[in-house]
Amino acid sequence: MSHLPIYFDYSATTPVDPRVAEKMCRYLTMGDGLFGNPASRSHLYGWESEKAVDEARQHVADLIHADAKEIVWTSGATESDNLAIKGAAHFYHKQGRHIITSKTEHKAVLDSCRHLEREGFEVTYLDPEANGLISFEKLEAAMRPDTILVSIMHVNNEIGVIQDVAAIGELCRSRKILFHVDAAQSAGKIPIDVRAMKIDLLSLSAHKIYGPKGMGALFVQRKPRVRIEAQMHGGGHERGMRSGTLATHQIVGMGEAFRLAGLEMERDRIHAENLRQRLLDGIAGIEEVYINGDMARRVPTNLNISFNYVEGESLMLALSDLAVSSGSACTSASLEPSYVLRALGRSDELAHSSIRFSFGRFTTEADVDRAVELIAGKVEKLRDLSPLWEMFKEGVDLSTVQWAAH
Amino acid sequence: MAYSDKVMDHYENPRNVGNFDKEDSHVGTGMVGAPACGDVMRLQIKVSDDGVIEDACFKTYGCGSAIASSSLVTEWVKGKTLEEASTIKNSDIAEELALPPVKIHCSVLAEDAIRSAINDLKSKKEKVKEEH
Repeated sequence: MSHLPIYFDYSATTPVDPRVAEKMCRYLTMGDGLFGNPASRSHLYGWESEKAVDEARQHVADLIHADAKEIVWTSGATESDNLAIKGAAHFYHKQGRHIITSKTEHKAVLDSCRHLEREGFEVTYLDPEANGLISFEKLEAAMRPDTILVSIMHVNNEIGVIQDVAAIGELCRSRKILFHVDAAQSAGKIPIDVRAMKIDLLSLSAHKIYGPKGMGALFVQRKPRVRIEAQMHGGGHERGMRSGTLATHQIVGMGEAFRLAGLEMERDRIHAENLRQRLLDGIAGIEEVYINGDMARRVPTNLNISFNYVEGESLMLALSDLAVSSGSACTSASLEPSYVLRALGRSDELAHSSIRFSFGRFTTEADVDRAVELIAGKVEKLRDLSPLWEMFKEGVDLSTVQWAAH
Repeated sequence: MAYSDKVMDHYENPRNVGNFDKEDSHVGTGMVGAPACGDVMRLQIKVSDDGVIEDACFKTYGCGSAIASSSLVTEWVKGKTLEEASTIKNSDIAEELALPPVKIHCSVLAEDAIRSAINDLKSKKEKVKEEH
């Protein structure tokens, strides 16, 4: 390829930080003898890799103010979500069979809940407010004597809004309901304190913060003890909660990524805030631009924008020099736009017109300037092609038009 | 997803973008699709008194395949009689642009747009006859 598109999809995944990759490599080859199975108790190879795993566990625990003993390694946040939700539901089902979550959760949470519904559990899916946040009144009203679990994500993957998990945690703890938080998009970006936030179960991912793909962790609180039923059975690794030989190099990578995230969180935040403001300033002159999700309670790495009257997929095609993602699902057979944007009450047009920009540690100001230049030109070109834009300019109220459905 | 070279060509250099006067008795307008579905096509044809399409133009809100399908159709209908134009099938459009299965609906929409424009013109003519 002659030149790579500029990467604006850090919410999908991040490149591994070179410092992380370098450390991981040492745990793969014969080299210093660090490739061993951490479960091997009889020789140095095993001891050395066990030490590395323990160190990594401490780094992950430190970032969320947990104890290292509360970290269970998994293959990623999807597995962590499955383990937390199904594991808790299966363990506590005798105390109740009701779960509360929200419509804008990640599919790993929603599909785990759907699965539990088929097993006879009842699930309440809360509608977020128009800014993407969960209303405490609605959450409290949904709580029942048989509610055993509330699962709410910390930061939304599409719109980047930050839920007030501390307030939700307080509410759950007062009702003795377990609280699970999917923190795949928040860890390393904003501070997490599982004690202060009264979180019982917390899902983490490595590849969203410059660690390797295929690696995650679940925080399972010990005091008071939270129990989950294992979903993966075998050699009894991770105190019986998740069997399978530990992937030392992956774990070392996640640990190092989390250590660096702890050290550099403030720098990363300021960097991302500057870039986001630069992008916002750059597109300020374009008409009919809507930001999806609350602007104040939002991670600085995310900007989800709808360019009204321009279809998202064609805009992505026009912006092929930028690696972004769209809320328009025109490529999928369903033709349904983003379920997250629809849950916010966004019109179908706006949902179809959305583009998610997410940036991070390695994005530069020059990257953003190039993006602004491209966006301005391409949006104008596509609007010249758009019958909806023409009608809007003529003053036609599109909601009153009788569309020929197909 | 990877688009064919023909789709990209129409997408990057769309043919006959624009609009004709909707009220003109020689102009037929077909608008199909809905914003909720992610595509809206407006195809317009200008037809001579002896029923030949002299000119065509379009505007489309939609994905690359939808834009390419409507752009292609404006080229195809020009010079055709209304009858000839009404025989254009969505499968011809899909084949010409090498549309993947998930994008077939774009070609269906383009075929609908032709029909709708022709019907609009015919109903205008009917109305004119009634008034006379």
